[in-house]
Amino acid sequence: MSEDIIGLIRENVIQGRITKDDEGMEEGMVGQPGVSELLDSALAAGLPIRDIITKGLSGGMDVVGQKFEAGEYFIPDMLASAEAVGAAMEVLQPRLASSGIDSKGTIIVATVKDDLHDIGKNIVSILLRGAGYIVKDLGNNIDTQVIVDAVRKDKPQVLGLSALLTSTMARMGDVIQALEESGLRDQVKVIVGGAPVSEEFARSIGADGYGADGFQAVAVVETLASGTQS
Amino acid sequence: MSKEIVASIKENVIQGRKTKDDIGIDDSLAGTPGVVELTEQAVKGDVSPQMIITEGLTAGMQVVGEKFSTKEYFIPDMLASAEAVGAAMDILKPVLEAASVESKGRFAIATVKGDIHDIGKNIVAILVKGAGYEVHDLGIDVPTEKVVEFVRDEKPQYLGLSALLTTTMTEMGVVITALEENKLRGGVKVLIGGAAVSQEFAKEIGADAYCVDAFQAVKVLDGYQQGD
Amino acid sequence: MPRDGILVDRPYERLTREQVELIHRASMQILTDPGLISFNKEAVDILDGHGAKVEAIAGDHEIWHVTVPEQVVLKALETAPKSVKLGARNPDNALVMNGDEPRVYLITGSETNIWLDVDFPTYVNKADPAREIRVPEFKPRRGMIDDLCRSAHVCEHLEMVDGYIRTVNIQDRDITEENKDVNKFFASLNNNTKHFMTGLTSLKQLDNVVRMAELIAGGKKALEDNPLISFITCLVKSPLQFVDDTTATFIEVCRRGLPVAVSSSPQAGTSAPIKEAGIMAQINAEVLAGITLGQLVRPGTPVLYGSVPVRARMDTLNDSYGAVETSQYNVDCAQMARFYGIANYSTAGVCDSKVPGLQSSIERLFSDIVVAMSGPQYLHCAFGLLDCNSVFCLLQAVIDDAHFKMIKSFLRQPRVDQAEIDTVLKQIREVVATPQKMYISHIRPVLRSGEISGVYPFEGTGDVDDAFEIAYSRMKELLATPVQHIDERTTARIFEEVPGILPRLNVYERGK
Repeated sequence: MSEDIIGLIRENVIQGRITKDDEGMEEGMVGQPGVSELLDSALAAGLPIRDIITKGLSGGMDVVGQKFEAGEYFIPDMLASAEAVGAAMEVLQPRLASSGIDSKGTIIVATVKDDLHDIGKNIVSILLRGAGYIVKDLGNNIDTQVIVDAVRKDKPQVLGLSALLTSTMARMGDVIQALEESGLRDQVKVIVGGAPVSEEFARSIGADGYGADGFQAVAVVETLASGTQS
Repeated sequence: MSKEIVASIKENVIQGRKTKDDIGIDDSLAGTPGVVELTEQAVKGDVSPQMIITEGLTAGMQVVGEKFSTKEYFIPDMLASAEAVGAAMDILKPVLEAASVESKGRFAIATVKGDIHDIGKNIVAILVKGAGYEVHDLGIDVPTEKVVEFVRDEKPQYLGLSALLTTTMTEMGVVITALEENKLRGGVKVLIGGAAVSQEFAKEIGADAYCVDAFQAVKVLDGYQQGD
Repeated sequence: MPRDGILVDRPYERLTREQVELIHRASMQILTDPGLISFNKEAVDILDGHGAKVEAIAGDHEIWHVTVPEQVVLKALETAPKSVKLGARNPDNALVMNGDEPRVYLITGSETNIWLDVDFPTYVNKADPAREIRVPEFKPRRGMIDDLCRSAHVCEHLEMVDGYIRTVNIQDRDITEENKDVNKFFASLNNNTKHFMTGLTSLKQLDNVVRMAELIAGGKKALEDNPLISFITCLVKSPLQFVDDTTATFIEVCRRGLPVAVSSSPQAGTSAPIKEAGIMAQINAEVLAGITLGQLVRPGTPVLYGSVPVRARMDTLNDSYGAVETSQYNVDCAQMARFYGIANYSTAGVCDSKVPGLQSSIERLFSDIVVAMSGPQYLHCAFGLLDCNSVFCLLQAVIDDAHFKMIKSFLRQPRVDQAEIDTVLKQIREVVATPQKMYISHIRPVLRSGEISGVYPFEGTGDVDDAFEIAYSRMKELLATPVQHIDERTTARIFEEVPGILPRLNVYERGK
């Protein structure tokens, strides 16, 4: 029974179904429980949270990653699955400590001041949540000071900054400088991304990492976050 | 006077104006005498045919050739000029014969049996005539016997054979074999051409030359003149 | 179920209704003055018996002057079928063409002497010997029957190829004028289950190839129901002449009731006027004359309005298929054929360039798009052909297939109706109300429905354009797929009853 529920969670992550109303990849699934409903059942049945996460959620995301690599899945599929995992993790986060599981940590993401572009940042948020992080998305057009305050308050392992315009990308440098001036730079790794941004630019403004796309951002965050934890 | 009229012939060859009704490239010339009228005048005015040919017709064609190679002129321009020269040569033929000047030679041309495509052949005929040769166009779908008969009776120095189809090109080989059997092959150079034909094929059937286009046909003939 | 083809909802047309009627009128006038010349006696006799005026012309050849009055043409147009079915070895590959429906089927062609092999030698940068690139190298050689088999096999697997016209002229040492037809039919039919159209080299072989088709179809009646072969005959040579041998072939094919494309290929500037109105009036007259003859031979015989107009290039007077006017004429012909309600055999994709590359891609894609948009039912679109149809390159055919997939995606019907508007309005309101304002989650339901096209399948990695190499590996993959040959029993019967097929083409005898 417990194996069944976790198996179903895994399957529904692969299908990218958050709730029973979602369509998923295969036809005829609408109406059947999605990841959210299955998670409720699993918790009600007292299944170990560790198994739910590793075998159900991560296990499903692994398959999704493989399917994406193979060209069978596209980004919309990947995002649907990541959203399902993200929704489940939101429910699970408060219970991690009592189950003796370390949280993967907190990531703050923001699009800098004067820039209203947020598709890339949103995708990164979804993928990070799907990877098990607590993500605080500050939104777009965010003042440098607001970002600095959030870092001070939430103590994230990683700060992700995004800018889509050549006219706003310099703001990312401003944020890093403000962190330094506030004595916070050492506590947080900064990763930058966005269409006009490059590896070279990231280095020039003193960022710790650069993500060419959402997937690379997640990979870089995984490396940086594990570095700060150890 | 004679210099002026020959210069005018040259200019009208360049313009591709056979008669006074032709427009040419420069449309202000309409109504003024073309190559035919000017040549007739020149003959009446006792201008030497050699001068008409070398300084008028050939000199004009040379300019046309240059304009063609610089892409200023296209084939339709070239053909108009060659036709004007051809018409002038018809006028000059009796004069040349009377003065016993030798022509550049006789060129017979035919599209082989079974093939009724004649655009390529017609262009070759116009350009070769424009280059000063005496051209005998035997037509399309010409039976081998007829070609052989013509070569025997009229003794052209050159024979051009054309075929456009993969199915009729082999007829050109048949003609060459027939010329050999009739012991006529030695007296005539055979040039072949047509869309389906290649250098390799020309060699295969024992032709003397393969002409990828009409210009090459003229070049090959002029080469024979110079004893190549 | 016939193949889908590409249904062009609102075909692109250049001519107004008045212009179409003017061309029609001009064609009718051409058929009476100056009329046609016929080199074929039988055509003259048939036309003579049905109201045309014929008169022998004195000279070396047996030729006749023929004038065809309008009412004879109009009567013939009435009996010409408005719907033509072209069958296939695999009945699912059948093509059904309606003269008034702009559903486009994409067909290979033509017969080329030259086969282009491809290789990828490595070049080293002189300045930086560590830098190497692989560059495609094309090597022409004489086309052979094995090439025809390979081309038929690959075209079987090219998704966008709806029908097969033999691509390579087979020039093996043991191929003669007498056995060429049976071999090209067998090689093509044995390696491809789509509809097969071709011209005939020798009229004497007509009964043999028809017999072969009957054996494959499963009998005489079965071939009538599923005409898996059809013919193309260029019976008219422009301007306005019935050629002797192709007209004889055309008449015999019509007698047997097999589908036939009446094709005319005038060249604007040499064998037709350079002006659009002129070539259109003439080609229309030529094709209508052919269709009329076919209907007089056998009323109801399935015919296609075959148009292969082309403009002359000004520096050589050769054909220029890359010229934009060539596409204009083809678009006009599709419109004229539709005016008569007869399915149109049209041409696109033919290029002037001699090797695959930038020029070939642009020339062919340009005409592919505009001519496909005009909605001809049977579009010879030069899969793999180069150098004005004198060279065939299998790699190019694989690339063409990808281009046609893009064209097909582009030409799909727009879906805008009240239900769709209601759905998207709801979606817009929902998404705008979320903090992220992203529509991505709504992609999924249509992601695999065919509504979303793919990226360029031969996309390179960046530094060099490696489209050719990627397409080449695709070609190799297709060549390695199994071939659906004609079954052993039928093959044995074909070899028994149809003389002249090369024994090496019998795949069942090879192993023995």
